[in-house]
Amino acid sequence: MPSGAVAEKKTKSSVPFDYNKYLRPNKLPHIWCPGCGHGIVLKSLLRAIDKSGLAKDQICMVSGIGCSSRTPGYVDFNTMHTLHGRALSFATGVKLAKPGLKIIVTTGDGDALAIGGNHFIHTCRRNIDMTILVYSNAIYGMTGGQFSPTTPPGAMSTTSRYGNMEPIFDCCELAKAAGATFVARGTAYHTQELERTILEAIKHKGTSVVEVLDQCPTYYGRHNKFKSATQMMEVIEKEGTVSVSQADKLPPEKLKGKLLRGILYRTERTEYCEEYRKLMEKAQQTK
Amino acid sequence: MAEKRSKKLVQGNEACSEGALYAGCRFYAGYPITPSTEVAEILSARLPNVGGKFIQMEDEIASISAVIGASLAGLKSLTATSGPGFSLKQEGIGYACMAEVPCVIVNVMRGGPSTGYPTGPSQSDVMQAKWGTHGDHPVIAVTPAYVQEIFSETVRAFNLAERYRTPVLILYDEIVGHMREPVTFPLPGELEVIDRVKPTCPLEEYLPYDTEYEIAPLAAFGEGYRFHVTGLNHRADGFPTNDSKLIEKGIKRLTGKIENHREDIWKNEEYLLDDADIVVFAFGSTARSARYSVRKARENGLKAGLLRPLTLWPFPEKAVRDAVVRAKAVIVPEMNLGQIVHEVERCACGVKVEGIFRVDGEPINPRQILDVIEKYR
Repeated sequence: MPSGAVAEKKTKSSVPFDYNKYLRPNKLPHIWCPGCGHGIVLKSLLRAIDKSGLAKDQICMVSGIGCSSRTPGYVDFNTMHTLHGRALSFATGVKLAKPGLKIIVTTGDGDALAIGGNHFIHTCRRNIDMTILVYSNAIYGMTGGQFSPTTPPGAMSTTSRYGNMEPIFDCCELAKAAGATFVARGTAYHTQELERTILEAIKHKGTSVVEVLDQCPTYYGRHNKFKSATQMMEVIEKEGTVSVSQADKLPPEKLKGKLLRGILYRTERTEYCEEYRKLMEKAQQTK
Repeated sequence: MAEKRSKKLVQGNEACSEGALYAGCRFYAGYPITPSTEVAEILSARLPNVGGKFIQMEDEIASISAVIGASLAGLKSLTATSGPGFSLKQEGIGYACMAEVPCVIVNVMRGGPSTGYPTGPSQSDVMQAKWGTHGDHPVIAVTPAYVQEIFSETVRAFNLAERYRTPVLILYDEIVGHMREPVTFPLPGELEVIDRVKPTCPLEEYLPYDTEYEIAPLAAFGEGYRFHVTGLNHRADGFPTNDSKLIEKGIKRLTGKIENHREDIWKNEEYLLDDADIVVFAFGSTARSARYSVRKARENGLKAGLLRPLTLWPFPEKAVRDAVVRAKAVIVPEMNLGQIVHEVERCACGVKVEGIFRVDGEPINPRQILDVIEKYR
């Protein structure tokens, strides 16, 4: 099996997973529209957290602004809903102040890659220990459907009325080039696989980035003639992707136009807080 | 033998760094900018020595954001900047106001607008300090004028931030920031150091914005109180609300917690003010010139006096009203085109107020102030 592949083993359990263990009481219903993929991503995330064995007190979930950034409000961890694009900077402060906390950032394509693009690349460069989940639905949902850095060229939105003229950012390539030591992509369609990918990301020491393709039927779907959320999931998430383990076996023509799914890149490099600990020792010796 | 205070010739920015450490600051995030950079340089060496954290962020917005994050994780946190960086930090300052996160922001004022005059002094950010971030919000800003005072005012800024759960601004200009003066460093315990009140209630009962308190205790992330923080209007439990009654109540409490404690926050120096009929109102390095002018005016037989605010925001309304009772004129020198003069006018009960303004990157000299004082002979 290639080192980057996520095992495709189905998890079998007779007892249904108790999401309430991690959800705050009386905070539902959530704000997400019917058909939105964010709830599916949250469920995969909670199952992954459960498998990681982390205690709720150990986790600090930080977000910016946008639909995906409402996630921390629903979960029973130390949570912070911050400024548009700045989640990673707030998270960096928390992590450096309390390295024992496990930081999970939930952010969107606009939050992480547009207004927060600078913080995104520098967080990756530092390799500070945190898991960044980029809910990527190729649209600004909260503000009513404007194109984002992951909206494909030609796609319609409320600010690209003649088709989007801009090329996209490949979130995973960007993360890797910037220095993230764990880079993966999942989808809201492949929920079990997403859970396993997120679990690996959480277990990784360093900056781990998981781009999750999910759907915004309300804006992206409506403006781009999708009939339903399920059609979006089939076309964009299922047909539009191929897992890294399958990709090795497929001829190049079959991979054309498809995005890779699974763990795309994983390496070891000294984590920021660990490096800082060494710096403190050095400073205290030379006092 | 009792421990002796050390006395050293230091720069304003160094006094600020040492004051922060004295106050218990254990986190600094910043971005290089003249004329404040020395604070970052010094703390990058000093913080690791005392188990504190220093990080140079990718920009000013990231710096203030990291400061807020670190403070919520329980560390007293600082960032330092100057004009252009202060503009960028406004977003985070608003968040810290709204989420009620203690932190301290130093703005070593230089000439503006825009990149302006990086190595020249200015006092033109005083209104930005008050209104720079959007929305109605509380502001505390202190304005030291001497290097020794930068040390003590930095300690006071941290104390105010911790006591009132709010960002506190330290505004001083390039002159005092880079000036070297002898500073006597107080011994531990000599100056009061205040730490934020932490909750002691059962974990499940904790409300980060508990309206039972005027200023609720603040837990730190990772210590069992799993709470939520947002920049949205929120309820006592920290979660967003659209309830118009709660929104108004929340904002009024936010501004009220500072307004109601102005007496505790205000701090002024009065120099020869008791019988003065010509009052000079000046802060920061301008007050140093003003002090000299007032003394000269007295020598020339004029009843001049100086009112020097160390707390500029909330504005020292009462001190101005008290000072103008016998006054025929109030003179307000400031290194801008007239900002604080309007605040003084608002509180001067109709007494003639005259400003002296300067924006050429040079300090206002005593002669300029003395000439105006002489006009009121």
